[in-house]
Amino acid sequence: MELSKETLLAMYYAMLRSRRLDERAWVLHRQGKIVFHISGMGHEAAQVGAAFALKPGKDWLVPYYRDLALMLCFGLTPREFMLSLFGKQSEASSGARQMPSHFGLRRANVVSTSAPVATQIPHAAGIGLGMKMRGDDAVVVTGIGEGSTSQGEWYEGLNWAAVHKLPMICIVQNNQYAISVPSHKQMAIPNVADRAAAFGMPGAVVDGNDVLAVYRVMMDAVTRARTGGGPTLIEAKTYRPVPHSSDDDDRSYRTREEVAEWKKRDPILLFKGYLESKGRLPPALNDDYETRVLAEVDDAQKFAEAAPYPAIESAFGPVYAAEAHHA
Amino acid sequence: MPEMTLIEAIRQGMDEELARDDCVFITGEDVGPRGGVFRATQGLFEKYGPKRIIDSPLAELSIVGVGIGAAVYGMRPICEIQFADFIFPAFNQILNEAARMFYRSGGEWAAPMVIRAPYGGGVGGGLYHSQSVEAFFAHIPGLKVVIPSNPKDAKGLLKSAVRDPNPVLFLEPKKGYRLIKGFVPEGEYTVPIGPAHVSREGADLTVFAYGIMHYYCLQAAALVAKEGISAEVVDLRTLLPVDKAAIVASVRKTGKAMIVHEDNLTGGYGGEVAAIIADEAFADLDAPVKRLCGPDVPGVPFSHPMQDWFMPNPEKIAKAMKELAAY
Repeated sequence: MELSKETLLAMYYAMLRSRRLDERAWVLHRQGKIVFHISGMGHEAAQVGAAFALKPGKDWLVPYYRDLALMLCFGLTPREFMLSLFGKQSEASSGARQMPSHFGLRRANVVSTSAPVATQIPHAAGIGLGMKMRGDDAVVVTGIGEGSTSQGEWYEGLNWAAVHKLPMICIVQNNQYAISVPSHKQMAIPNVADRAAAFGMPGAVVDGNDVLAVYRVMMDAVTRARTGGGPTLIEAKTYRPVPHSSDDDDRSYRTREEVAEWKKRDPILLFKGYLESKGRLPPALNDDYETRVLAEVDDAQKFAEAAPYPAIESAFGPVYAAEAHHA
Repeated sequence: MPEMTLIEAIRQGMDEELARDDCVFITGEDVGPRGGVFRATQGLFEKYGPKRIIDSPLAELSIVGVGIGAAVYGMRPICEIQFADFIFPAFNQILNEAARMFYRSGGEWAAPMVIRAPYGGGVGGGLYHSQSVEAFFAHIPGLKVVIPSNPKDAKGLLKSAVRDPNPVLFLEPKKGYRLIKGFVPEGEYTVPIGPAHVSREGADLTVFAYGIMHYYCLQAAALVAKEGISAEVVDLRTLLPVDKAAIVASVRKTGKAMIVHEDNLTGGYGGEVAAIIADEAFADLDAPVKRLCGPDVPGVPFSHPMQDWFMPNPEKIAKAMKELAAY
């Protein structure tokens, strides 16, 4: 269970990279260079902790729009993310047909996602069903926010997973707000994970700002899923330190003091402090990481800005698949 | 060539596809030991077992949503919606997920699956076991909509639907399940999705129909033939993508067109056929395009006299044919 120094630092770098890329997206929006950004900021520990318990390339991911850090861990490149922000040609998730952060990445078993929330949960169950039918020891993971757990799709998908003991893990990233609606107006229980009992599956609440805690809970769930033990519902409690999207203004529904308080528990800050306390992250190494990340983000932005827009003809289609994509 | 009922042909088609490809599986309510409420899957559970003939929870959106997940994973699900009336909880999954998967992922992902649903009235089913739902779905690019009218086509189209790399909504005229009998070729064959079929040649007018209404139109054409009216009958078979060329070709030949469906008139599929004729065969018309459809009331009433008032039948169709011929 002890993670090597290299792994710990790789986790830290993954979180840092997602954060700096995310921050750049906000800047680009404020500069008027892009029209929309929806952020994964504050969720980096929940996602990186989860990703490091998985096997990208083998396991499947059905993400939601805040899963930037998870996507980067699964192999989405910063250049590809920037192409989506700018709506440029050859964008990996959709050919620039979809808004940014409507993730999908075929080469990494990341299924295309839409905007109506919780629709992906039955898909994850179906993938798990396929894995079980084929005897595949892969795991399917799906991300979702706490607000979306009010949807019927969420219940129906998790119910399938429980009935058929599917190798599925649902990570609810509870950032306490569904745009403006606080979780106490969303549900009458303190923890989403308490609902796991109603499905007949294990549920776990974890500090979503603690990357190592998330990793440990995920490892338990992954082991269970891979060995036929069925699904797990994980609730990672976290906070969204920024508005819902670039079109939102969070000042109307929460105080600056609340946001400031949570920023003290920023997951990257916490993990950095942990690594420093263990002597794993000397200042020079951190500076080195920051320089590397900045170079990656700069490169991605330049690349996307220089990239052409898709030809109008690429909007025409194809609308229908002409041949089987699948075995 | 054995003679069989429509439902026997559908069952045989599924049986052969299950035997041909072990990625094919069936899920839906009561499809297992019960063999489906209409017996469409009778005997398949015994033959293929619980891993491939899966009784679903009583939740339609999950039947389709889980099917989508299985499809993207590489399976070939046949999802049964017990009555078309109950498909609407799954509407979002069909519209926003299955049908848009290919386009929205830039062609990276597809959802090859069949959604079977018995539709239509005349069976004492009242408002919620009689609905014709095709118009809602024939509006969705990325989806295919197929309605067979006879056993040979039903089997051949169903086999094509299972092999199609796109989602196919396969609507079955339930009143015809045991009423409509016909010869089915022995051995392997398919009927392609797309082309309409001229099922009766005629010179004076064309009637376009599908499903049980096509069956009635053939009877009506025989009735009016005794009075010297030569009606051509075109079985549309695939509503989406529609066979425009076949529609236009027949109207150019006869100069008069009528569309029959039991779905209510306003916003019904007949409007689309009429628009195609107006666009591409206006100069060939010798009479206004006529639509004989269900009335614009919110459903097929239960009590027999009211149900009979609602439903088009051979006599009503023959009367309309005579009026059109006399124009």
